[in-house]
Amino acid sequence: MAETIIFQSLPARPAPVNTEGLVPWVKNNLFANWQSTLTTLIVGGLLLFYIPQFINWAVLTATTVPNADACRAEGVGACWGVITEKYRLIIFGRYPFEEQWRPLVATILMVALLVMSCTRMFWKKWLVAVWIVVLAAFFILMYGGMFGLTEVQTDRWGGLPLTIMLATLSIVLCFPIAICVALGRRSNLPAIRTFCTIYVELIRGVPLISVLFMASFMFPLFMPAGVTIDVLIRVLVGVTLFAAAYMAEVIRGGLQAMPKGQAEAAASLGLSYWQTQFKIILPQALAMVVPGIMNNFIGLFKDTSLVYIVSLYELTGSLGLALNSDADWRPYKLEGYLFIVAIYFAFCFAMSRYSLWIEKQVNKSKLR
Amino acid sequence: MNEATDNIIVFDKVNKWYGNNFHVLRDINLNVRRGERIVVCGPSGSGKSTLIRCINRLEEHQEGHLIVDGTELTDDVKAIDKIRKEVGMVFQQFNLFPHLTVLENLTLSPMYVGKMPKKEAEEKAMTQLKRVRIAEQAGKYPLQLSGGQQQRVAIARALCLTPKIMLFDEPTSALDPEMIKEVLDVMVEMANQGITMICVTHEMGFAKAVADRVIFMDQGQIVEQNTPHEFFNNPQTDRSKDFLSKILGH
Amino acid sequence: MSVAPRTPPAKRDWSWRSQAFRGLLYQIIAVVIIGGVAWWLATNTAENMRVRGIKSGFDFLTQPAGFDIGESLSKFDSNDPYWKAFLIGVSNTLRVAILGIILTTILGTLIGVGRFSRNGLVRGLCQAYVELFRNVPVLLQLLMWYLLFTEFLPDVTEAKRIGDIYLSKGGITFPKPIWETGHLFGVAGLLAGCVVAWFYRRWARSKFEATGQVRSMFWVPVAIVFALGVLGWLVGGAPSQFAVPAKGEFAVEGGGALTPEFMAVLLGLTLYTAAFVAEVVRSGISSVARGQSEAAQALGLSKGQEMQQVLLPQALRVIIPPMTNQFLNLTKNSSLAVAIGYPDVVSISNTALNQTGRAVECIALIMLVYLTTSLLTSFFMNWYNAKSAIKER
Repeated sequence: MAETIIFQSLPARPAPVNTEGLVPWVKNNLFANWQSTLTTLIVGGLLLFYIPQFINWAVLTATTVPNADACRAEGVGACWGVITEKYRLIIFGRYPFEEQWRPLVATILMVALLVMSCTRMFWKKWLVAVWIVVLAAFFILMYGGMFGLTEVQTDRWGGLPLTIMLATLSIVLCFPIAICVALGRRSNLPAIRTFCTIYVELIRGVPLISVLFMASFMFPLFMPAGVTIDVLIRVLVGVTLFAAAYMAEVIRGGLQAMPKGQAEAAASLGLSYWQTQFKIILPQALAMVVPGIMNNFIGLFKDTSLVYIVSLYELTGSLGLALNSDADWRPYKLEGYLFIVAIYFAFCFAMSRYSLWIEKQVNKSKLR
Repeated sequence: MNEATDNIIVFDKVNKWYGNNFHVLRDINLNVRRGERIVVCGPSGSGKSTLIRCINRLEEHQEGHLIVDGTELTDDVKAIDKIRKEVGMVFQQFNLFPHLTVLENLTLSPMYVGKMPKKEAEEKAMTQLKRVRIAEQAGKYPLQLSGGQQQRVAIARALCLTPKIMLFDEPTSALDPEMIKEVLDVMVEMANQGITMICVTHEMGFAKAVADRVIFMDQGQIVEQNTPHEFFNNPQTDRSKDFLSKILGH
Repeated sequence: MSVAPRTPPAKRDWSWRSQAFRGLLYQIIAVVIIGGVAWWLATNTAENMRVRGIKSGFDFLTQPAGFDIGESLSKFDSNDPYWKAFLIGVSNTLRVAILGIILTTILGTLIGVGRFSRNGLVRGLCQAYVELFRNVPVLLQLLMWYLLFTEFLPDVTEAKRIGDIYLSKGGITFPKPIWETGHLFGVAGLLAGCVVAWFYRRWARSKFEATGQVRSMFWVPVAIVFALGVLGWLVGGAPSQFAVPAKGEFAVEGGGALTPEFMAVLLGLTLYTAAFVAEVVRSGISSVARGQSEAAQALGLSKGQEMQQVLLPQALRVIIPPMTNQFLNLTKNSSLAVAIGYPDVVSISNTALNQTGRAVECIALIMLVYLTTSLLTSFFMNWYNAKSAIKER
């Protein structure tokens, strides 16, 4: 009789060549073969040549003294003095100087609200109430005229608060329109579908600037005689209608991705069209397209810079306001630009990271 | 009892097309008695799913008359609302609402369609969940459950409106083999309680155990209908003989 | 016993509770509301224009414009009519958009592919580029480039010279070949080359299918086109006269020139859009499942064949729709040229609007130009998508 062979496993041993850690990484990613080595040498050389020069200009030889003469001195690099001198004008625009704590508080409130809205923990019903309270507080602070605050007309609003307000308000206001248009484009009623399609294609086919021109030049003609509407509101309406078309397409993408069975199950339970949409389809579809919505918001945030062309002084415009008329500081506009580039970048970069994170969350919940 | 009230579903020369050229239901004549349990089988594409989806108007027929519980199904919105409250449906892919908990899935329709107070709806939902033996999962989300559990929740959800008719569209086809039994057990139990059931399935054991009648369809037509015993032991047409030899071949 | 297939009847139930009737009712309500709003806006506008004495209509297009245009492909002076100014605006928009699209495709593809480089430094740089350029508003980038070109370059009188190229606040001036009829032969040669190359490809393909011999489907045709082009140019007498710019007393004269406005718009749009194109390319490439590459290798295809026959066709299908979107975005963003005074269609319409007060007409013209471009593109895209979609059940 054959004897039973007893299986004996070999002991595990470490790989003969180290594949983890810094040294193998450098070897694999920088000096894998001669092409890679050559690239590393050339690219690295260029970086080593230019980065120290930039640091030298931006930091080592730069001055932060708010004095134009100091900037003009020999051997001085970046003149950040232009920022220390003008930062309040750049950030708050023409808002009355003594009252600038108001836009500051309003902006902080608004940013806090946005951060809160991006945190899953706070996705509760009462968040809507918080939104209403904060928006009201924002307008009371900015406009004043009550609680002993002096009135500040909207034509003096400017800078970062205006940028944030335009982006936030238009994204919020465009939502109901976008949902209706997205549903309309998928409706089986041809007239409604046609209207929604025309609206979306029309708006997406033209640049934002033409919509802003419309808001600023044509809108006054649309209103009955004697009715005048503040330019800020007109621009807000224009940007909202513009954003709604893009948002509608994002939402439509979510609707399209919904399995047909969901609507069928709802119908078989006797739910009406609107009940089906609001209880079943939209909650799922919207959750699916949060990254797309976020990207839209980033785009809109950047696009608010265009209102400067129709004379609203948000960040880009208020920089021009601060420097263009000042012969002393005008030569240092580049530093001014870099300053607001940093502000825009900080906001947009943070939001795009958040968008990536939430995309991962959405994908995870799909796999669950 | 006269014939009109005895038949809860009446198909009278019903025809349906997809587009202009795909004639999916052809001259369907079928009477379903109150409390009758029917199994519909046939090769894929034979129109069996379309047939039962016409009953709650997920598909609309274009010709002939279809009367469900005394109401003719037409384009009339009120009639459709009434029928859908009386007809429960269970789908192949479960179609539970993944963003709602099991309990919310069950109370949704009683609350919004049946205008039932929340408390009452929840009590009713728990009764149904107990009936399908899954009450302990009420707080979970559908995707946290196994396929068999999900399908049982779907059955409970359909029962929450106390329907007069239950439609099953291949309820076990998307399930792993070891989960089929738990769903069939629940269905057998329901069948024994006297509800009208129409079930599209290939589970021949189930058909033999509970069906009053087996309907065999092919190419949009009812080829043969008979008691399960007769159908399986003594099929009348070559088409059904061929079909049975294929599915019972192993 | 089989029932013959028939076509469905076309009848509808029109009782007031029917879905068909309800549907019609909703649509009528929608049409009435939208029509009403449109009518209200139109009457308001007409009334306002009457009160303010604004004339309407497109008759102003034939009147002399009364302004000069800094750069244009054809001669324009202030006595020329508005319609000509508009056309020049459109041509300037198209010029910057088309060049921008070409450059942005090249740059964006390089950066997108660079993110798969084996070299860590290249990968990092490409990612840094994308993050930096797409997170700053394009208008701000345009303004910055314009500032750099106008403030940090020497005055025209002290133009920087590199070979025969001059750089200054007035823009860039470079040698330009002088057009002669001899060039016509070169162009004809290129065209002939294209035709011959097309026939060559057809022949090579049929040869390949018949015998399995692989011939170059890319380099040989390129060589044919190039060779015939050069041949034509030689036949035309090899004209090689260049207009070389020279520094005059107040300006650099002669040769071809690009204005700082044009360069700022082109550079700004290209660098901004390239960041997005890079992302499109990257996600397109990574969308092709790894299994595809493994399957191709298992079938014994070479690296090049794998790329050409398996990976590229699939990646392109994913890449092309969002890529077209980016091209349209670039075209629409070229409207920002108005901020730095490049005479594109928006800028010229804006000037016309301020001079004539015909806001409705001028804005309508701007929208018409962009809408036409967008719609033409999306018709083409729909056709392309329908053609290239994977056939699935």
